[in-house]
Amino acid sequence: MFTGFDFDVIQRALPYLGQGMLTSFGLTLLAMVGGIVLGTVLALMRLSSIKIISVPAGIYVNLLRATPLILVIFWFYFLVPIAIKHISGDSYAQGIGPFHSALIAFTLFEAAYYCEIIRAGIQSVPAGQVNAAYALGLNYRLATTLVVLPQAFRNMVPILLTQGIILFQDTSLVYVVGLTDFMGAASKVAQRDGRLVEMYLFAAVIYFIICFSASLFVKHLQLRITPPR
Amino acid sequence: MAMIELKSVSKWYGSFQVLKNCTTQVEKGEVIVVCGPSGSGKSTLIKCVNGLEPFQKGELIVNGQSVGSASTDLPKLRAKIGMVFQNFELFPHMSVIANLNLAQIKVLGRNADEATEKSRALLTRVGLIDHAQKFPGQLSGGQQQRVAIARALAMDPIAMLFDEPTSALDPEMINEVLDVMVELAQEGMTMMVVTHEMGFARKVAHRVIFMDQGEIVDDATKDDFFGTTRSERVQQFLSKILHH
Repeated sequence: MFTGFDFDVIQRALPYLGQGMLTSFGLTLLAMVGGIVLGTVLALMRLSSIKIISVPAGIYVNLLRATPLILVIFWFYFLVPIAIKHISGDSYAQGIGPFHSALIAFTLFEAAYYCEIIRAGIQSVPAGQVNAAYALGLNYRLATTLVVLPQAFRNMVPILLTQGIILFQDTSLVYVVGLTDFMGAASKVAQRDGRLVEMYLFAAVIYFIICFSASLFVKHLQLRITPPR
Repeated sequence: MAMIELKSVSKWYGSFQVLKNCTTQVEKGEVIVVCGPSGSGKSTLIKCVNGLEPFQKGELIVNGQSVGSASTDLPKLRAKIGMVFQNFELFPHMSVIANLNLAQIKVLGRNADEATEKSRALLTRVGLIDHAQKFPGQLSGGQQQRVAIARALAMDPIAMLFDEPTSALDPEMINEVLDVMVELAQEGMTMMVVTHEMGFARKVAHRVIFMDQGEIVDDATKDDFFGTTRSERVQQFLSKILHH
């Protein structure tokens, strides 16, 4: 069936593809960590009873969730240099490079999604737990960090990781700012060597193996951490 | 001066009034039992005492501090008032000993050794020292509630609030919790207890408060409450819960 195909091209390109994969993983992990941290802050803001705190967070989340990711990536790539130029007063637009601008875009974008996941997680902690924490004299900060968030995150781990898998797939969009992730590397080799079918097939198989095994792991985790209540 | 003093406390949920001009006081060393049909506002009342529920009218003074006042440091005040809940509310992600240590360390600033020593002494007292390293989910309801009482006592409270502490328990576990509470009352702890356990009230209460539809209908000494003829509403309630 595969006569006329040249799968050796993959082996020759492996080091290059590996580098691309490192970029993909790096982006995913950093954006996940950043997104979860920022998302937690946003979730706490959205749950605040004080309007000046909750409304801006709500606007941010709804705005980002109603925007295509690719547009956010573009924005940061083209707008950040202009902003830096304005702030620093330099005569030319100094960029921060495709990796950092993509990382910022992913972090800010993912934070909006993580915010909603974390908000639901926080709300899943029974109100009685918060009352018990307050009754012991804990203030809002201590009750949140010691009682609410640990329980919320425990419930949320599977869905946070699932969001991470989606993020990993979405990192393939960085080709638009010329950053070479795994997908970008495969694409470049495919076009240089004229081996489109082989390379795109290979890329699809690799994405499938990684994402499918990761989701199996999440499923396994989900069964293990049913909260002991 | 009374330890806890309520002066015409009123509370609304929207247009529905849950507490109507509630006035009473708890002296130091007094044990007060609050009873009444469900929905009468007794749990809401006791949650107002340590500021877990806000109220809109009236005044509530605890240990000389006004609970409703914006200038009151509520966390500081709550640290002195122990509270035990219907559903125990132990922190499920921490071991029993960590549940007891948490606020001692984070709120009172005790070091880990001091806190653990105090916690172990209290767990011994409630008969659960062997379960110190377990998690709440591994204990029975009665055991969890005894841990919850120990957790509140670890803060060296000046008064204890109990919100239906035995209502979520299987019948055979009620007594192990009541025994701890009786002992506490006999040691002179100031206690406000929302409960239907009239046996407990007869044994250790100084006064019994009866609530109905958000109002304090009756506020009498134990002997008066169980002895003389009470209002028809109270008699009705008592006959229902005493003969079921």
